[in-house]
Amino acid sequence: MLGEAEPQWISEEVKTGTTIIAIEFNGGVVLGSDSRVSAGDSVVNRVMNKLSPLHDKIYCALSGSAADAQTIAEMVNYQLDVHSLEIDEDPQVRSAATLVKNISYKYKEELSAHLIVAGWDRRDGGQVFATLGGLLTRQPFAIGGSGSSYVYGFVDAEYRRGMTKEECQKFVVNTLALAMNRDGSSGGVAYIVTIDEHSTDEKVILGNDLPTFFDQ
Amino acid sequence: MEKHFTDSRVKGVSTGTTILAAVFDGGVVIGSDSRASIGGEYVSSKTINKVIQVHDRIFCCMAGSLADAQAVTKTAKFQLSFHSIQMESPPLVISAASVLKQLCYNNKEELQAGFITAGWDKKKGPQVYVVSLGGMLISQPVTIGGSGSTYIYGYVDAKYKVNMTREECLQFATNALALAMGRDNVSGGVANLVVITEEGVEHIVIPGDKLPRFSDE
Repeated sequence: MLGEAEPQWISEEVKTGTTIIAIEFNGGVVLGSDSRVSAGDSVVNRVMNKLSPLHDKIYCALSGSAADAQTIAEMVNYQLDVHSLEIDEDPQVRSAATLVKNISYKYKEELSAHLIVAGWDRRDGGQVFATLGGLLTRQPFAIGGSGSSYVYGFVDAEYRRGMTKEECQKFVVNTLALAMNRDGSSGGVAYIVTIDEHSTDEKVILGNDLPTFFDQ
Repeated sequence: MEKHFTDSRVKGVSTGTTILAAVFDGGVVIGSDSRASIGGEYVSSKTINKVIQVHDRIFCCMAGSLADAQAVTKTAKFQLSFHSIQMESPPLVISAASVLKQLCYNNKEELQAGFITAGWDKKKGPQVYVVSLGGMLISQPVTIGGSGSTYIYGYVDAKYKVNMTREECLQFATNALALAMGRDNVSGGVANLVVITEEGVEHIVIPGDKLPRFSDE
């Protein structure tokens, strides 16, 4: 056949069109993400873990262009290692977030990725930072990625101050499930990371174990 | 936050808006915000009514281009009253929705309007129908529309329950509208709600300062 079109995934940029969320509780943070990576209409990876460690107790959640987000995370991972050797102790979450912000802001015209940085440190406990567009702001919780639009109403209604670790985990799982149901670029399984003083716990929730809602 | 396609890319006055309808045990609630804007920059009306009565127990909400929506509902109202006289009985909710669908589908190139139709009839009780931009017609227990609806898909999916009571459904609809108006800059003003049951029709208007507040305000 003349002029047969090549598959979309060859020419389309690979994006982690995604849903990511991070929330702080007294003593730590919970991060969550979906696992879909798309190139145009194709899903090129249905089990990608978008929660990337920057240090033992600091993670970041990736969204936007997959290449940009991964590169930023790797660069900051390296910079944080050097920094933590220099100060001879574990780095603060704010330092990690500042490093991410510095890259996001300096290259904001060329990059199109948004990272949410969250973790625990001895000085300020659990913290969540948003770095969208090169700003740096600490928030009680942050959502991001294409799927986040659909759950703004839900998180506005459901978030309360002073939730326990278990309530936060439930909140994250519910939010991810709702967003994954509505956003074509989010789906697959849910990855949850819980960080507190004592441990960093990674968990996967498979598709059929996610909460369902009235029309499913 | 990320920019997403919404249906507020219409020319002229648009009802960048939030509309919803939900079925409860014995009736249906239909509601909307009250803001009309031009290009998303100027609020041309703070108190526009987007819930239009097309028959005694049938209401519809419009989204998209205000002019198109008004023209279509005027035509539909006329056709429906004529139909009701011919049938010698109140029209079915699906008839009202079908009239809107015919108009939207046959004129799909020129029009840019979508509708939610809700009402009560003797044959099937309370029902909600959605007529989309291109003229698709489907029935759903709960539905949302307009630019502000993007932000409350998660909330509606999580909180809607089949066979709620009237009070629960009203609270659900009020909360959903308030949340959408809080996040969408082209939705706002007051919340206009209409409760339709076999017994009758009740209009409820909730001014902006009486809307439920959520933790970040």
